[in-house]
Amino acid sequence: MRLDLGAIAKAGTSKANQTGSWRNYKPIFHQVKCIGCGLCKIYCPEGCVTMIEKKKYTVDYTYCKGCGICAEECSSSDIEMIVEEK
Amino acid sequence: MTTTLTAPKEQSCTLLAPGHTACTGCGEALAAKLVLGAAGTNIIVTDATGCLEVFTTKFPQSSWEVPFIHSLFENSAAVASGVEVALKALGRQNEAKVIAQGGDGGTADIGLQALSGMLERGHDILYVCYDNEAYMNTGVQRSGLTPFDCMTTTSPCGEFSWGNKHNKKDMPSIAAAHGIPYVATASVAFPKDIENKVKKALSITGPKYMQIHSPCPLGWRSKPQLTIQVARLAVQTGLYPIFEIENGKVTKVRKVTTPKTPVEEYLKIQGRFAHLFKSPKGKEEIQKIQEIADRNIEKYGLA
Ligand SMILES: Cc1ncc(C[n+]2csc(CCOP(=O)(O)OP(=O)(O)O)c2C)c(N)n1
Ligand code: SF4
Ligand code: SF4
Ligand code: SF4
Ligand SMILES: [Mg+2]
Repeated sequence: MRLDLGAIAKAGTSKANQTGSWRNYKPIFHQVKCIGCGLCKIYCPEGCVTMIEKKKYTVDYTYCKGCGICAEECSSSDIEMIVEEK
Repeated sequence: MTTTLTAPKEQSCTLLAPGHTACTGCGEALAAKLVLGAAGTNIIVTDATGCLEVFTTKFPQSSWEVPFIHSLFENSAAVASGVEVALKALGRQNEAKVIAQGGDGGTADIGLQALSGMLERGHDILYVCYDNEAYMNTGVQRSGLTPFDCMTTTSPCGEFSWGNKHNKKDMPSIAAAHGIPYVATASVAFPKDIENKVKKALSITGPKYMQIHSPCPLGWRSKPQLTIQVARLAVQTGLYPIFEIENGKVTKVRKVTTPKTPVEEYLKIQGRFAHLFKSPKGKEEIQKIQEIADRNIEKYGLA
């Protein structure tokens, strides 16, 4: 058996894990009352919220684990958590 | 052969790539994302064994979009010291800043000796401690940074115990006592403050120590959606004082709320303190925790 002293992993390859499958709750970004504060993007531990335009944010469900932080912290209660149905 | 130290990746995405396997609502994942976001691509990071390392490097994958080295639990600061010296030896110290990272256990307990050496020798490194107040990766064991009366698997509560009977170790003061130029505490509840402090720290030559309060929904038995709220309350009550120490002097603090937020507000939303609310005697324990907050407010002038 070959024993290597170190192991090397390529940068950013964790993107292969589609952690969205973990979700029990799903954030819905209504994009109605949004004031563009950006808190949802800043506070998301997965880094899966993106800005489409100034007052329009969206989520990448491939990775969103449904923690609900974005909905809890949203300045204008424009994000709703719904039960995920698979 | 010289290789490019850092190759900027897709700038739009975060430097801590998604697909990491941190628990839902993990404060440590958020803290690391914010630190990297502030530091930018020209960095080399090391990390001690712990949740952050485990959930970002599920071999053969990695979430790190910057050069990252993990060696052992106890030696993140020592590895970073080696990296910093190597950059200098190669005359390439202007190409990348070095950031060492560790959990509270990896920093204040098992890695303290390596960290002290790093601070003492004056390496140009920013050390970041992600403080989730216990050894989370191995199942919530008490660390030197676990707060008073907190329930962990090695400080259980019950008939003869209120949980952790020791006080949280004053790690920022220990770091500052090395005579280093910059020490700061921060919290995931205040991301802009983290950004400013990381940028400021990286602009200073020499050893820097930063400790970020990072709620752990699993170990703290708090709801994942409340991660920010829990962190915010720790600061607002005075239980997690936020300050900067520059060359030994406290230069900036974040004030607590007026009127004072009672510590109950913070404690009652976390299962790790639930035992304090189950019997009348628990009130006396909560009073002791209130006194800890009051002492912090007094000591750092947070009112
Ligand atoms: C020398 C050594 N002892 C024990 C361990 C087991 N171990 C791995 S991670 C860990 C806990 C890490 O706690 P902390 O540093 O607070 O980081 P967290 O997981 O909480 O982020 C322990 C005890 C180890 N890897 N190496
Ligand atoms: S629910 Fe959590 S993981 Fe999903 S987008 Fe909101 S903050 Fe990010
Ligand atoms: S937190 Fe709410 S208001 Fe702020 S940008 Fe996100 S969706 Fe808009
Ligand atoms: S145990 Fe805590 S620190 Fe570790 S990944 Fe889960 S939430 Fe994060
Ligand atoms: Mg820890």
